[in-house]
Amino acid sequence: MSDVKLSDVSGPYFGQYGGRFVPEALIAALEELDTEFRKAADDPQFAAELQRLHREYTGRPSPLTEVPRFAAHAGGEQGGVRVFLKREDLNHTGSHKINNVLGQALLVKRMGKKRLIAETGAGQHGVATATAAALMDLECVIYMGEEDTRRQALNVARMRLLGAEVVPVKIGSRTLKDAINEALRDWVANVETTHYLLGTVTGPHPFPEMVRQFHRIIGEEAREQMLERTGRLPDVVAACVGGGSNALGIFNAFLDEKSVELRGFEAGGEGIESGRHAARFSGGALGVLHGARSYLLQDDDGQTLPSHSVSAGLDYPSVGPAHAWLHDLGRATYEPVTDDEAMEAFRLLCRTEGIIPAIESAHALAGALRIGQAAAAEGRTGPDGQPLLLLVNLSGRGDKDVATAARWFGLLDGADNVAAEELERQEGRG
Amino acid sequence: MSTLTEPATGPHTGSRSADLITRLREQENRAALVGYLPVGYPTVDRSIEALKTLVDHGVDLIELGIPYTDPVLDGPVIQAAAQGALDAGARVRDVFRVVRELNDYAPHVPVLVMTYWNPVLKYGPDAFARDLAAAGGAGLITPDLIPDEGADWIEASERHGLDRVFLVAPSSTPERLRLTAGQSRGFVYAASLMGVTGVRNEVGSRAEQLVADTRAAGAPNVCVGLGVATGAQAAEVGRFADGVIVGSALVRPLLSDGPLPDDEWAVRLTNLAEVTEDLAAGVRSARASAPADTPAGAKTTSGEAL
Repeated sequence: MSDVKLSDVSGPYFGQYGGRFVPEALIAALEELDTEFRKAADDPQFAAELQRLHREYTGRPSPLTEVPRFAAHAGGEQGGVRVFLKREDLNHTGSHKINNVLGQALLVKRMGKKRLIAETGAGQHGVATATAAALMDLECVIYMGEEDTRRQALNVARMRLLGAEVVPVKIGSRTLKDAINEALRDWVANVETTHYLLGTVTGPHPFPEMVRQFHRIIGEEAREQMLERTGRLPDVVAACVGGGSNALGIFNAFLDEKSVELRGFEAGGEGIESGRHAARFSGGALGVLHGARSYLLQDDDGQTLPSHSVSAGLDYPSVGPAHAWLHDLGRATYEPVTDDEAMEAFRLLCRTEGIIPAIESAHALAGALRIGQAAAAEGRTGPDGQPLLLLVNLSGRGDKDVATAARWFGLLDGADNVAAEELERQEGRG
Repeated sequence: MSTLTEPATGPHTGSRSADLITRLREQENRAALVGYLPVGYPTVDRSIEALKTLVDHGVDLIELGIPYTDPVLDGPVIQAAAQGALDAGARVRDVFRVVRELNDYAPHVPVLVMTYWNPVLKYGPDAFARDLAAAGGAGLITPDLIPDEGADWIEASERHGLDRVFLVAPSSTPERLRLTAGQSRGFVYAASLMGVTGVRNEVGSRAEQLVADTRAAGAPNVCVGLGVATGAQAAEVGRFADGVIVGSALVRPLLSDGPLPDDEWAVRLTNLAEVTEDLAAGVRSARASAPADTPAGAKTTSGEAL
């Protein structure tokens, strides 16, 4: 592996992680997908079509925004830390998810399949998939834990507006993990006509590699934008990590740049000691779930443990195998951020910069505050005493999280509290 | 029973399930009936009673499921039982106790453990193989472990003399059939259709061809599962397969929303016995030249167990 750049390592394995721990029935479809993916990668027409969609449909390149008033809270009062946000929140459908969805949907057209299925937790990937299905005239079924359909009722309506069928999953913990189980069951039964549009960098090979490829544009754009804006690479790149697609997307362009520190922030929930979290690197161990070997929250019997986070998008008991590999290599570090820390960072970005982030992305912002404050305390700077450059992937926007935030902060008082409760009830968040 | 413990003809393969299947084929001209139940549903003790009921009423080989939180190849019936078993506190190590008790009760009936991979990975594949062999288990059926990912398991099962049952599906390519046939030990599990476990009105029309293709790829024994629920379906599959695997249809009579009093549980076992006998009669009537009365025939014990 020494002559292959870290950013180009291909599956099925990332170190000892990854693989294909799925029923034999799916292997032929995974082989077909892998073949088509590699053919497309060598086809200039495929690249051109995807590029056109990025530009004309998604609105790429997404901007890079410097946030000095936020940076002032990240140890940047004297200008010692500069913080830049990669604005994936400004993409069509409101998050980075669209990058992968459009890439896979184009592959589906090439394979001649007519039906898409996908899992969703918060609804962002489901909305993106339903969007691509509408755009490309594909049948679309989204599996969503019943608990999440209740918590994210507006996204359910959004998917249905786009023509997708939303199936509430009523078994197990009724959340994202169970939605993936049900999508896999559907796929086993309908694999000859159906593509499973998996939404993150986990699952059986080739998904971890393929989804990374469709998201690597995030880091490649950000790298150019940082060079153009500051004349050099960032010192630290921070991202939130659920399955890990936005993080791998932005990390990838910097994996082979030894000067760039890579920091992933996973959901610490109510704290590691509470047991209610989704911190796979702090509280998990080697295991297999949904087709990949990685770090996994599990009990002594290898039963999957329920995860917890204020952010549905980080609420997953395993993590993409490439992150497990980068963790073991020491190339990236992963730390938990609690619900409280994430919500404080959420509010801070709203107040200082007029940007409402997704609560998922707020975990990366909390990480940036931690990094910047530590740097200020240690007197750490960039090279030659220049300001420390911190690049944060703002992976999604927070429209979907307004009701959660209103409840969290008790924003509305008196009669308005009743209104907030009514809003929550309407959105199924009661 | 001594004739049941050793095959009278055919080579010893060192595989208990292969030896049994060979003997049934050569001496009784019929397919084996493979019956699935999960460990610990509704409790460990009651699951042992249910498994003994299967044995008493004509199941030739037991497929003992380890309940798992994320059973992606199982339909609603087995999912519900697995969840019920976990809720009732079933542990992975319970499987060894159940295997031991079944061995004491019916030493002629091989017990294969059906498990998703993560519980074994967590236990340690070699330690699991060691403890299963010590308990008298015959091997493992692994629905989400393909031979390509199974190096640890292949090594451990060789060391401890256990069967390795991998799956093939109608979508498997000829290359994959050869690989899977070559790496399996005991038999190959052929999924009758593209889908998950469950009771269905029809057995997949591709099953017969898949069995033929898997044999051509080098597998001496091919058993068919997924969707077999009735004696008629068992007879249909038993015509061409070396074994008929039944799961959901056996679990279904046991499902309940809450704990059952003893008398109601006894009724469930009677229902289970009836379903089992129907299936056992099916595999015995499958082939035209099958003897009309088989010595271990299910009908001879009809209604006597309870």
